[in-house]
Amino acid sequence: MTAKQKRMLSRIIVALILFFLFLFLPFDRWFSYPTSLYVELGAFLIPYLIAGYDVVLRALRNIGHGQIFDENFLMTVATIGAFALVCFPDTEPHMAEGAAVMLFYQVGELFQSYAVGRSRKSIADMMEIAPEYANVMRDGELVEVDPYELALGDEFIVKPGERIPLDGTVIEGESTIDTAALTGESVPRSVRPGAEIISGCINLSSPLTVRADKAFEDSTVSRILELVENAADKKARTESFITRFARYYTPAVVGFALILALVPPLFFGQAWSDWILRGLTFLVVSCPCALVISVPLSFFGGIGGASRVGILVKGSNYLEALAHSKTVVFDKTGTLTNGTFSVTAVNPTSGFTELDLLEAAAHAEAYSDHPVATSVRQAYEGVIDHKRIESAEEISGQGVKALIDTRKVVVGNQLLMANEGIDWATTELVGTVLHVAIDGDYAGNILIADSVKSDARQAIAALHHEGIETTVMLTGDRNDVAEAVAKDLGIDRFYAELLPQDKVTQLEKLLQAMPERDKLAFVGDGINDAPVLTRADIGIAMGAMGSDAAIEAADVVLMDDHPLKIAKAIAIAKKTMAIVWQNIVLALGIKFAVLILAALGIANMWMAVFADVGVAILAILNAMRAMSVKRTGEISGTSEIRPAN
Amino acid sequence: MKRSYKLEDLCCANCASKIECDINKLEGVNKASISFMTQKLLLDADDSSFDQILDKAQSICTKYEPDCVILR
Repeated sequence: MTAKQKRMLSRIIVALILFFLFLFLPFDRWFSYPTSLYVELGAFLIPYLIAGYDVVLRALRNIGHGQIFDENFLMTVATIGAFALVCFPDTEPHMAEGAAVMLFYQVGELFQSYAVGRSRKSIADMMEIAPEYANVMRDGELVEVDPYELALGDEFIVKPGERIPLDGTVIEGESTIDTAALTGESVPRSVRPGAEIISGCINLSSPLTVRADKAFEDSTVSRILELVENAADKKARTESFITRFARYYTPAVVGFALILALVPPLFFGQAWSDWILRGLTFLVVSCPCALVISVPLSFFGGIGGASRVGILVKGSNYLEALAHSKTVVFDKTGTLTNGTFSVTAVNPTSGFTELDLLEAAAHAEAYSDHPVATSVRQAYEGVIDHKRIESAEEISGQGVKALIDTRKVVVGNQLLMANEGIDWATTELVGTVLHVAIDGDYAGNILIADSVKSDARQAIAALHHEGIETTVMLTGDRNDVAEAVAKDLGIDRFYAELLPQDKVTQLEKLLQAMPERDKLAFVGDGINDAPVLTRADIGIAMGAMGSDAAIEAADVVLMDDHPLKIAKAIAIAKKTMAIVWQNIVLALGIKFAVLILAALGIANMWMAVFADVGVAILAILNAMRAMSVKRTGEISGTSEIRPAN
Repeated sequence: MKRSYKLEDLCCANCASKIECDINKLEGVNKASISFMTQKLLLDADDSSFDQILDKAQSICTKYEPDCVILR
């Protein structure tokens, strides 16, 4: 609590004690009528002013500014009006009600400012990823400098427990780093020289010497903070609807209040005191604050909760759109697959083992830089003994011919097999097929494919579970590869053999085929897909740590590369929207109900205070639920090898 | 020019939306956006009259919320 809030709290407590004391004092027994009424009025004015003198002052000031639809003014008029009813001595006294309205109004205001402050703070804490300094060696001494001072290529030291100030590459030291603040991933990542590390993460175990790859203002941390700060720029439709609504609601209710207070007594000979009271009750309900605060508070909570699990949403409008998304389109490589080649199957013919095949191929390809060669060497877990390689000849576009331990090994595609006169077996395997022949005999084949992420299938299922009707995959790959992946993962539709520019065209076709209110999300890895990201209703970039282009072009940024996070983002969006609508319905429902009851003379000021303050408190408590996002579905390790068909 | 400012003592969500609405009506303002939650004003306005616009924005704030100050 701030000092201001504490002062308010003590004022409210004192006022409440006095209020209840006066409520039970038998003024009418101590004084004769009507003196007792005026004494009672004077008594209740004390707690009233203790709690609400600032409201009255502000109301007076605002009249000077011509602001009559301001909540301070409305509350002042309603309460003073209630006191003024003392001039109609034939009615029951309303002094207690006047004081109570002011008291509870202030209780509500205090609670509101406390709740808003708390949620603001908890999100600020989450965003407390900005490093304050960097350690630099200067003249043999370690000094702390402002991270802004460091330039590209400068070296800095990150001690254990410190935040990494700039994006960079480790040049010395081995350690583990905690990326949870950025990705929500709780398993620490181990780093060694050569590893790229991201600013904002915490170094856990031992000191690291790092070379800056980016200046501070271009580093991940600065970009994320900028993104979150500017998220306010883009408001959801619901949010603007509510603020527009509030602009008409208050004047309308005040207008009705006037009519209610004046027309029946003037034209129909009704009792002034009764109808004025009804009008005053209207005034108390006319404050739109519960509504106006609860909607942005819910969105803010949702965005904050999402950022805690490594999902950055650039504005509440995108959260809203995400909740209405019906189609999710994936750019296959880098989102559903790892985008790296690896051996997915080894099929030896009889007389050979898997190890024979991998050993021969790995040695034959020992000197090749081709990605296929690299993945074969990775799959062969043994050590490559270069002495065993007598000779190796690379035939461009076909493969390698090599002499290993006096055995003639031929590794390559169908063309090479045909040229060497080897009788190879046809396969229906999807991916790059590497045939292996040893001493002229066909030994089998090795299948190399882009490996599917371990949680990709789960991710698609989760999306369907969240109400996504169609999942679509776009890829530049061959049709059979795409079909196999789509079938394996349970994707509804796929479009293969697309050039990068075709992806935009295809996406536009999909957008046209959809009803207006349904939204389409496109998921890309942020590499070369900026146009598609921009074109989709919601562009989601994943694995975006350190990728500027993706952070720039996307509307939602997933800090790590787990596709499961997309369903999580949609779930958060839906929960937030549900809370937003609950609040709108709750606040409007109760307000209108009390307005109707007040017009009929059934509702009194106590109920009106509940409709205003009580509803505001309920709405705020509900809105704060949006912030709690469980860090479930934590995944570690994504490169499980599985056959592509 | 697009800049973001912190707003101090902005304590009413409805006032914030009224202030935002009025600043948007100022001449030379391309877009103004106030986030009640982050207590920030994002102002996108013409370079030449930026300072005057900011002064006017401050007087709008004062009109609705006497204590509210744009921190520059």
